[in-house]
Amino acid sequence: MGDSSDRSTAEPLEFREVTKRYPGAAQAAVDGLSLQVPAGEICVLVGPSGCGKTTAMRMVNRMIEITSGDILLGDRSVRDRKPADLRREIGYVIQHVGLFPHWTIGENIATVPRLQGWDKRRIDTRVDELLELIGLPAETRSRFPSQLSGGQRQRVGVARALACDPPVMLMDEPFGAIDPINRERLQNEFLRLQAELRKTIVFVTHDIDEAIKMGDRIAILQEGGKLAQYAPPAELLMYPASRFVEDFVGSDRALKRLALQRVRDIDLWKAAAIRVGTPIAEAQAMIADADVSYAMLVDEAGRPKGWLSDRALAGERVTDDLRSPAHPIVDLDDVLRDALADLLSSETRYGAVVDERGALAGILSLEVIQQFLHAAPAASATGADLLRE
Amino acid sequence: MSTTLAFLGDFGEAIKFIFQERESVSGGVQIGGIPELAGFGATHMIVSIAALAIAAALAIPLALWLGHIGRGDFVATATSNVGRAVPSLALLAFFISFVGLGYTNVIAVLVLLAIPPLITNTYVGVRQVDRDTVDAARGQGMTDLEIVRKIELPLALPSIFGGLRISAVNVVATATIAPLANVQTLGEPIITPQTYGFVGQLGAAIVVAVITLAVDFAFARLQRAVTPEGLKLEEPARRRWFSLPTRRRLESR
Repeated sequence: MGDSSDRSTAEPLEFREVTKRYPGAAQAAVDGLSLQVPAGEICVLVGPSGCGKTTAMRMVNRMIEITSGDILLGDRSVRDRKPADLRREIGYVIQHVGLFPHWTIGENIATVPRLQGWDKRRIDTRVDELLELIGLPAETRSRFPSQLSGGQRQRVGVARALACDPPVMLMDEPFGAIDPINRERLQNEFLRLQAELRKTIVFVTHDIDEAIKMGDRIAILQEGGKLAQYAPPAELLMYPASRFVEDFVGSDRALKRLALQRVRDIDLWKAAAIRVGTPIAEAQAMIADADVSYAMLVDEAGRPKGWLSDRALAGERVTDDLRSPAHPIVDLDDVLRDALADLLSSETRYGAVVDERGALAGILSLEVIQQFLHAAPAASATGADLLRE
Repeated sequence: MSTTLAFLGDFGEAIKFIFQERESVSGGVQIGGIPELAGFGATHMIVSIAALAIAAALAIPLALWLGHIGRGDFVATATSNVGRAVPSLALLAFFISFVGLGYTNVIAVLVLLAIPPLITNTYVGVRQVDRDTVDAARGQGMTDLEIVRKIELPLALPSIFGGLRISAVNVVATATIAPLANVQTLGEPIITPQTYGFVGQLGAAIVVAVITLAVDFAFARLQRAVTPEGLKLEEPARRRWFSLPTRRRLESR
């Protein structure tokens, strides 16, 4: 794969006051949509049905003609391009995949290279490369779409879209028809792929959770094709621009934000990490300096053993008398929402956070998480925004 | 032969007519037998093949395009209804006043007979191609012509051959009226009983019936042969003699 990722390209995409009005319709399908997608980022268009998200996406490769405004791919207007040429340069993945049932998987993947007149050797190499990229065995290439599972077909759809290494990809609810377990797997797989390929992607979904998971930026559209808000997921969750966005994001947006963060992203509390045999004065000083009034017993490597009892601190030196075990133990790389779940289901109010080596890195508590949720993640936050929280 | 077939009565006589020359009912000429029937058969096939070929050349491209742009529901149903409503015999008489007797007349009538099933089946075949498949083809950058040629036509082939099969059977059976326009097909003995008698009529009818069945069988095989490999796989084996790809099968994709 190294070869193709080296020449992997991406271009920025810009909607400029794009409007789509169907003849006879009272309302525009897309109304003055302006937004910029930086090269290599995933922009998710999300909104209720009838909000024009698919229409907006399909105007990029001119499957739907623009009524007014313009879409720039790189610095070229899509309106200046011949539709078929333009489409061959834009990856296209739709919900029901639309593989060609009379062609083998290999032929399906090679659709655009064949339209572009690549020679057979180059096509064969590329098909092998793509099958490996999407994690299907090489012998799949001679099979037919009807012999594959839904998830496999969706992977082939992605490979077909990637065949000519397009700078931009359009994906219309690509995982919408897949069962929840496989959907999650495909989403993760796709994010891994994207980390490697860094394409500019316009991704349409009606599912806000998918939008938050997949998007570098999220554009929420509301009925009549109006842009309600365009922001990175965390900002969207923290500062919904309108009542509509707030409702659409859902009442659990605090939890959704936690799903976006890892434990290492937030300011943890400092705990006194004390070894057996530490002189009591030294231990007392460490406890006074910490954010938690309890002290954590750690071993030689700094790994948490448990919370020290008062008795352990009563003598000349610290003993290993514990009031409770160090539970739960949370990784710095854990997602905050999972860490919160651990915390809620344990008996103690404090979770010991450990680093990659297992050494104590800090303490996580409900208060720490609350503080994080109330803190401003972006400089643009205003007092009014915070008050509204 | 005469003894073995005697118990079949007229039917046996008719079979004998097919294989053996005999004197005509009105006397004076030799009728029946392989050489004469082979001559009629050859004319019959030439007329039928020409009509089918012309009808296919006219109807299939037209219906492919109508199906592609999705604007032919009216044309597809109207042609098949008109085709069913107008009897070929009336057309034959009608054409005599324009093109007179002869091959042109007969072939024109048979072409008109063959067109409606071809239009309907081709149109339906194209319309039944999954719209997502066509959308994907367009989205990958295929031109209209490429979509028709690479996607819609191959996927509609089973349905198109279903239409060819219906038309071929109709044409071969109907070509028996050709002698009315002075073209001597296997209809000759059927239409002129004063020469061929009831036995001759029955004998020729048997030959036409056998040819028609053979044509039907051959087209059924052809239909199977042109079905793309990838479609056969999703089709349960017991469906193999059905001529149209059913909606259910296409939706289950």
